[in-house]
Amino acid sequence: MTTAETIGAAPARSRVRLALTHGSALPVLGVVLAVIALWYAGAVWLNAQSVLDRYERAGRQSWTVGELVAETMNLERPVLPAPHQVLSELRRTVIDVPVTSRRSLVYHGWVTVSSALLGFLFGTLLGIVLAVGIVHIRTLERSLMPWIIASQTIPILAIAPMIIVVLGSLGFVGLVPKAIISAYLCFFPVTIGMVKGLTSPEPIHLDLVRTYNATTPQIFWKLRWPSALAFLFASLKVAVALAMVGAIVGELPTGAQAGLGARLLSGSYYGQTVQIWAALIVAAVLAALCVAAVGLAERGTLHRMGGRA
Amino acid sequence: MRPRRDGVLALALVAAIAALAVPSGWDALAAGLWLAMIALILLLLFRPMAVLATAMSALVAAILGAIALALLLAGGAHGTDAPGLWLGALTASLVVWRVLERLSTLGRGRAVSLAVPFLFGLWLICLWQLVTVGFAIPSVLLPPPSQIAWVLASSLSVLGADFVQTFIRSMIPGYVIGCGAGFLVGVLVDRVPFLQRGLLPVGNLVSALPIVGIAPIMVMWFGFDWQSKAAVVVIMTFFPMLVNTIAGLAALGRIERDLMRTYAASYRQTLLSARLPAALPFIFNALKLNSTLALIGAIVAEFFGTPIVGMGFRISASVGRMDIPLVWATITVAAVTGSAAYGAVALVERSLTFWHPSFRKAS
Repeated sequence: MTTAETIGAAPARSRVRLALTHGSALPVLGVVLAVIALWYAGAVWLNAQSVLDRYERAGRQSWTVGELVAETMNLERPVLPAPHQVLSELRRTVIDVPVTSRRSLVYHGWVTVSSALLGFLFGTLLGIVLAVGIVHIRTLERSLMPWIIASQTIPILAIAPMIIVVLGSLGFVGLVPKAIISAYLCFFPVTIGMVKGLTSPEPIHLDLVRTYNATTPQIFWKLRWPSALAFLFASLKVAVALAMVGAIVGELPTGAQAGLGARLLSGSYYGQTVQIWAALIVAAVLAALCVAAVGLAERGTLHRMGGRA
Repeated sequence: MRPRRDGVLALALVAAIAALAVPSGWDALAAGLWLAMIALILLLLFRPMAVLATAMSALVAAILGAIALALLLAGGAHGTDAPGLWLGALTASLVVWRVLERLSTLGRGRAVSLAVPFLFGLWLICLWQLVTVGFAIPSVLLPPPSQIAWVLASSLSVLGADFVQTFIRSMIPGYVIGCGAGFLVGVLVDRVPFLQRGLLPVGNLVSALPIVGIAPIMVMWFGFDWQSKAAVVVIMTFFPMLVNTIAGLAALGRIERDLMRTYAASYRQTLLSARLPAALPFIFNALKLNSTLALIGAIVAEFFGTPIVGMGFRISASVGRMDIPLVWATITVAAVTGSAAYGAVALVERSLTFWHPSFRKAS
């Protein structure tokens, strides 16, 4: 009997206890609380020096530990901002400011996510086409596959600025150059996963459809494609996270006016640590949301196909 | 049984003759080489040979054709004025395709599995050269490979200093510390089930986050020199290693665990002689993934401020001066470095996890 069945059968009170002792909710909560506590401790530790320096400049002789701790958490440009400072910055830039404003993180987040999603689309299509070619044409498998693997040892993010600048001088500005970087990062996991997925049908199944005199397209649509879907979604989760990274790094060159990457860069120029952390948190939340959306699509699709996943 | 007619080579023959027929500035030497290639194609079309002989003859034909095209290019054939050049390129591509296809049927020997991708890559570089020179594409957009090679050779000292700064001083320490810490924490976490259940989802989430974004913070904390880059690399490599170590330590089967228990093996003995070896494929997976991630982290961190040396600095500075060939030369160094690091880890993996199914020959 699995844990889930036990929980379903148990009365409400012990159900809660079971969820706490067997589920991962409590441990995850514990880890998250520990991270926040460490964060506060780190904020006090790292910011203490600058507060002490300030006291010294002000000629102040006596101070209590309580005052020191309170001040380390409310500096304007802290070395490490405390979580509540980041939260209030988030509330200011996400909720208080209208969405269309340049100061709104929702606006910057949308700029980043839209180019990431465009790149994700390009990259996924390219990855699937390559995988279909590799599975069906042996020469391609032998000649192209090693280069696809080698292409990922090239630090593509490193040339992101060049791609942006070069495409910009050609007249391509805005979404497309960033999307190209995202697409380059995306296609690899999709290709690898799809090659594995499209070759995953058992030889006995392939033999069976061959005895039905199925054509290559029929084998593809009725056997290879359905069995590759689980692999496809696993790859898509990796790919969408990579697409976000690509879009953010694509915004780092100074030309970019909007986007989370541009916020990071301007924050680092002007020493606005709170702004950097807020942008990082938004990027993390958006990446997690994208991965979760792919996960939802996966569940829906596999459910409709009759899977139990 | 009649041999199947070779459509690819027939098309190549038509294109080759058409290339000679249109005005493209053929001189005597180039035309002679081209005719020799056509003769070889004819031979291949009408005299069926063994697989290897076909591949080799087609390879000779492709080389003859490539030399003829290079002569044509050097003679000033250019863009849309020389349709013969592009028909010639089509011919040579078809012949190269035939070489690759024949070689692919030769089985899975080591020489073949190296030669096919090598020839394919070489041909892509030749095409790149042909297109960039033939259409006179400005080097700001895409420099030809010959120019990149020239810049690479003539600025070796600069690129060498960048390599030492980024690879030896930033990436290696960060990689070692990050992977080592991830591994040790993984082993510790494995002893505490509560932490394991709590850290694994968090670790998985963090591995999906855009961690490169912490680069500006690290530059603020640790200064412009290599320490900040190493710190970025540590954080980027830590979580993949942690997640893979935890997953790897859980990979040992129940039977093997029970066996160790019947030996009355202590935790240490079980860990060292059964669980760690079983975890090695996972750990090497993380090491390989991290070898690429680490280089990316080190280079991207340099965009946020460096001493005036390093691959990331070289790239952003050269982009600013529109010195694109130097950027490509740096990228070449980075790509070779990344591939070599990956290859080195893969070699160690092969010698340590030779027992794994993926390395055993299918029998």
